[in-house]
Amino acid sequence: MVVQGAGTEIEAQVASIVDGMRGMEGPLLPILHEVQEEFGYVPQEALPVIAKGLNLSRAEVYGVVSFYHDYRKQPAGRHVLKVCQAESCQSMGSDDVASRLKQALGIDFHQTTPDGRVTLEPVYCLGLCACSPAAMLDGEVIGRIDADKVDEIVAEVRA
Amino acid sequence: MNPVIYIPGDSGALALGADKVAASIAAELKQRGIEAGIVRNGSRGAYFLEPMVEVETDAGRVAYGPVRASQVKGLFDAGFLSGGVHELALGDPEKIPFIARQTRLTFARCGITDPFSLEAYERHGGLAGLRKAASMAPAEIVAEVTESGLRGRGGAGFPTGIKWKTVLDTGDVRKYIVCNADEGDSGTFADRMIMEGDPFVLVEGMAIAGLATGATKGFIYIRSEYPHAVAAMRRAVEIARRARVLGPDVLGSGRAFDMEVRVGAGAYVCGEETALLDSLEGKRGMVRAKPPLPAHKGLFGRPTVINNVISLASVPIILHKGAAYYKDFGMGRSRGTIPLQIAGNIRHGGLFETAFGLTLGEIVDDIGGGTATGRPVKAVQVGGPLGAYFPRDLFDTPFDYEAFAAKDGLIGHAGIVVFDDSADMLKQARFAMEFCAIESCGKCTPCRIGSTRGVEVLDRLAAGIAPDSQIELVTDLCNTMKLGSLCALGGFTPYPVMSALTHFPEDFKPAPVREAAE
Repeated sequence: MVVQGAGTEIEAQVASIVDGMRGMEGPLLPILHEVQEEFGYVPQEALPVIAKGLNLSRAEVYGVVSFYHDYRKQPAGRHVLKVCQAESCQSMGSDDVASRLKQALGIDFHQTTPDGRVTLEPVYCLGLCACSPAAMLDGEVIGRIDADKVDEIVAEVRA
Repeated sequence: MNPVIYIPGDSGALALGADKVAASIAAELKQRGIEAGIVRNGSRGAYFLEPMVEVETDAGRVAYGPVRASQVKGLFDAGFLSGGVHELALGDPEKIPFIARQTRLTFARCGITDPFSLEAYERHGGLAGLRKAASMAPAEIVAEVTESGLRGRGGAGFPTGIKWKTVLDTGDVRKYIVCNADEGDSGTFADRMIMEGDPFVLVEGMAIAGLATGATKGFIYIRSEYPHAVAAMRRAVEIARRARVLGPDVLGSGRAFDMEVRVGAGAYVCGEETALLDSLEGKRGMVRAKPPLPAHKGLFGRPTVINNVISLASVPIILHKGAAYYKDFGMGRSRGTIPLQIAGNIRHGGLFETAFGLTLGEIVDDIGGGTATGRPVKAVQVGGPLGAYFPRDLFDTPFDYEAFAAKDGLIGHAGIVVFDDSADMLKQARFAMEFCAIESCGKCTPCRIGSTRGVEVLDRLAAGIAPDSQIELVTDLCNTMKLGSLCALGGFTPYPVMSALTHFPEDFKPAPVREAAE
């Protein structure tokens, strides 16, 4: 049997993640989080390995991956910028923040810049509602975003 | 004694630059050759003063804020380590009006202690509730919680003690305590603050729930948008386990309880308790039909207590001080305190724990100080994306489960989002429908399809196409969603939509008419 080189490597790594976590109660989400942590996304070839390891159908695993907003089907940009678009931030002009960022980066939500530097995503609440409008850049929280902070963010992700 | 400096590590403070302030303070200490302890505490919740740095002096704690990294050198020059005078000086933090006016029961330690010092936790009254519970029979613990009048702080307001009794009375040998920390409602951050600022209180509350119901295993399901809270809870659980607060012999009681932290994956609907249980089991977060109740058949089909973070975090003080003490606060059937989260376009935003009963007007105008932009308040959304928009006319409504229900609203998780007069309520109504469409689990038709149709109808209304019939349609659609949806996502989306339509009809006039009127 001929298997593509990259496939086997991913499969082997996923298999070892599954082996290590199979004993948990309800292991599927923790496994998917770990796989995404490892690869930056959930590769297609991981699904059969996870399904086999947990005695599930591939369809069940795919159904879970596609249900949750967090799991990526392809790698994100080097930076991931999540901009809150929920009510509290709306009340402080998050629409404006989002359009400034989209314009500066030349992309829309759910897109990655052609140079692979940054992926822009909406997020619905970061729990920073007394510091609206808010965003999260690679896990770092940013509050009270004004025009200057937009410029700082853009400069940072372009650097 | 070396001075001790408190710099919040709460993510709200971090979002405003607390880490940069901490780095500047550390650098300045080094340069000046001063030995000092730095504690990364939680936030006291006055976010308009964050990052708020406190110094322990002979005369007690002295606060400075909001501090920018560039101001740190000036603080040292002014001798802030011994409470020196500076333009940022706020004096005794307990005397800051926003803080002094609160009744802090659940948040008693938040922002004061080192979140990861079990010793500090105990010194400030922690573990007293669990120790007491360990000496009581399960039925007695449940009775105490029932007697306190505590109702689910997640939004539904169901009596916590009744839920616990149902689980206690089941004969199953395997039961679970699940903490719902999927705080997805915009305008809310109480769960995040307590997990980051006083994580042991949640560990203690869950352990008490375990002893009360005979459950030996707990799960905390935290949303992935809260990485700092996830890290804090994992660290706290580990410390508690090492100190035998958790494990096979909880505080030497001979009874076992342990817990695990689990992380969500960005689905709002998983804040609904049965969808959360499915998610924990490793499935799509689909809402389950009730009955069976989770108390009978919950996680993995076993009897399960599923409570919100704040409900569980309120239990230790109830056990410690007694049901009567807690019940003494509040009004009507809303007993105890509620951590209000004052957010959005607000001057003095933050967490304000108080007894039930303040009016919405007192909260927004008096405590919150009006809008941040200085423009008039137009609308206030209470209870998250599924809560109603209240106009100024309803500002006399007291903060109480029943009083809000009587005005076709809900208090939900007590998030209060303020909008100034630039808000377009038709746009807000459309967003409510759009959000429901994005986040619907898809199981029931009124929510899955109704929300999409709702967006379309409101778009036609905005475009001025047969406005009267669109209003009739959206009203009818909301009625169907309210009565026909399986859970609160589809069932409560009509609250923001209909309240916007009812209280702000001028925003729902077709575009040409609206322009002409301006």
